[in-house]
Amino acid sequence: MKQIILAGNPNVGKSVVFNRLTGVRVISSNYPGTTVEFSKGHIHIHGEHIDILDVPGTYSLDPSSPAEEVATKILHEKSREEGNILVIVADSTNLERNLLLTLQLLNLKMRTVLCLNFWDETAHHGIKINVEKLEEHLGVPVIKTTAVSGEGIKELVDKIPEARVSTFQYNENDKWNQIGEVISLVQQVTHKHHTLRDRLQELTIHPVTGLPIALIILFISFEIVRFIGEGINVYVITPIFEILWKPVLVKLSELIVNIPILFHILIGDLVNGEIDFGLSFGLLSTGLYVPLAAVMPYVLAFYIVLSFMEDTGYLPRLAILLDWFMHKVGLHGMSVIPMLLGFGCNVPGILASRILETKRERFIAMTLTAITVPCMAQIAMIFGLIGKFGAKGVLPVFIILFIIWLVLGIIMNRYVKGESPEIFLEIPPYRFPHFPTLFKKIQMRIHGFFKEAIPFVLLGVFLVNILYSLGIIGFLSKLFEPVIGFLFGLPPESVGAMVIGFLRKDVAVGMLAPLGMSLKQSIIASVILTIYFPCVATFIMLLKELGIAGMIKAVGIMIFTTTIVGVTLNLIL
Amino acid sequence: MKSAQSLTLASGGVPVMIVEIMGGCNFQTKLESLGIRKGITITKLTSQFGKGPITIRVGKTEVALGFGMAEKIIVKEIDEADNPGR
Repeated sequence: MKQIILAGNPNVGKSVVFNRLTGVRVISSNYPGTTVEFSKGHIHIHGEHIDILDVPGTYSLDPSSPAEEVATKILHEKSREEGNILVIVADSTNLERNLLLTLQLLNLKMRTVLCLNFWDETAHHGIKINVEKLEEHLGVPVIKTTAVSGEGIKELVDKIPEARVSTFQYNENDKWNQIGEVISLVQQVTHKHHTLRDRLQELTIHPVTGLPIALIILFISFEIVRFIGEGINVYVITPIFEILWKPVLVKLSELIVNIPILFHILIGDLVNGEIDFGLSFGLLSTGLYVPLAAVMPYVLAFYIVLSFMEDTGYLPRLAILLDWFMHKVGLHGMSVIPMLLGFGCNVPGILASRILETKRERFIAMTLTAITVPCMAQIAMIFGLIGKFGAKGVLPVFIILFIIWLVLGIIMNRYVKGESPEIFLEIPPYRFPHFPTLFKKIQMRIHGFFKEAIPFVLLGVFLVNILYSLGIIGFLSKLFEPVIGFLFGLPPESVGAMVIGFLRKDVAVGMLAPLGMSLKQSIIASVILTIYFPCVATFIMLLKELGIAGMIKAVGIMIFTTTIVGVTLNLIL
Repeated sequence: MKSAQSLTLASGGVPVMIVEIMGGCNFQTKLESLGIRKGITITKLTSQFGKGPITIRVGKTEVALGFGMAEKIIVKEIDEADNPGR
């Protein structure tokens, strides 16, 4: 046996099956197209070490999006290799539709096992499937599973060595009759009355009730993020820094007080003779405090709320409700999902834009996300910088960002060439999230944040200190003073922040805090820092996803937008 | 026999049969991947304000499709004469 290939329709719980088989973390959500990049894991069967490949979900072997193209290509490649085993995951509450891909896959003539997932839900839907008959008709082993609870996974593993090449004679031109035949042979459906869940599904998607509900849900989500984030920051992490970490730093500073360079880099400047975690700007003071205390709690809170929404199946409904609005910027409703993800961190947001079908849509979505969607780190720091002015400081920043989003989107919708297809998606039923899977997902996203944020923040703070010591920031400030000062009305010292903003936006806003800027300057600086160059991680992501030419275009739009917006704000505020 | 009309004009909540899908091969294939094809019965569930997406039920699945796509799907209400079994 060489490799196990896991394939199936989107949203059939394939990633959960993969998690169960391997224990490796794959993000799964209750909306189609979660697995945009395929994941690899391994499993031991009878002492043999075998690789497992999780192929992105696809509805058929005739692809209609990049994710599906990837899937189809891998499946064709793998079917030509000797010795691979195919595990098809199908939704047993939706057998008829799943059979299209299943029959096409069986026709690849690989050794196959079919897994009927969501088995526990069949009773609720009044569905009865005769597994033995299905097994006989298709000529491959069929296993009932409920991946979220782990039921049937052991049987699946036991059956994998018994995988067989299907004897089914598939005929592309007669496929629907063939599928109909199979269904009438193995499936019985009894009618079920409306349940509370059906009612809820209707209410949340009907425009009259759905839009108010969406607003309420978004507002509550925002409040929960703030509540959890603030709670963790104020009651857990800041006390740890103040009570436990500060004495250590004080001791350390006594040791290195005679080595000014080291003192400056590690501890930074003392504020009123004390270490100030927000302002001192040393590697071990601000460098650790910013990512761990000021940003991380909010990122965690955001991912808890968003992951919960994902797993319940609410997001596709939000996408449908907002579809008409997204058309204004040349996108359809599904692009709400990458943008929402972008609020946590732009990197996964840009990655998720792959669920969009055409190049044009992806370009617009990625450019808009990179320029106008502030990530949690930026949001936390915007609040840090401007929060002291209250709502009259914070609100304008977000309203301005939204206006830029809209105007830029409308312009790109007009001038970016290509097609913007319409929304077309399966709406998953509401499901109560499976907590272990949910926790795994949150844990994985936080892990991603740590891996990305902390090294860059430390590097950023380190570079700031070095550049200051060498007088480079002073030189750049002089050089750009006319632009920043005359055009944007900002103090020359803010140039340093702009330079570092390329590395990490949160560090950059942190540098602006001690400058004592006016309300107007703070608003302009917050907006400019959000929309000019994305942080380096996002930048790399853009390069990877759009290619050099696309990235240069995006950057051009960015510089142009920043200049126009900076000058306009300076004039009108 | 009731007359055929575009899915966007069909009334919600009643089962209708797809009698024609206008549009190219790619479009047909795309719809077919979610089981939407000529001859099957679907139920329109909701439409949104303006030219927002239409949601339908196909078998056990709910699907949302753009207004322009829905316009190209021609349906007619099922009446007794066409379908004596029901």
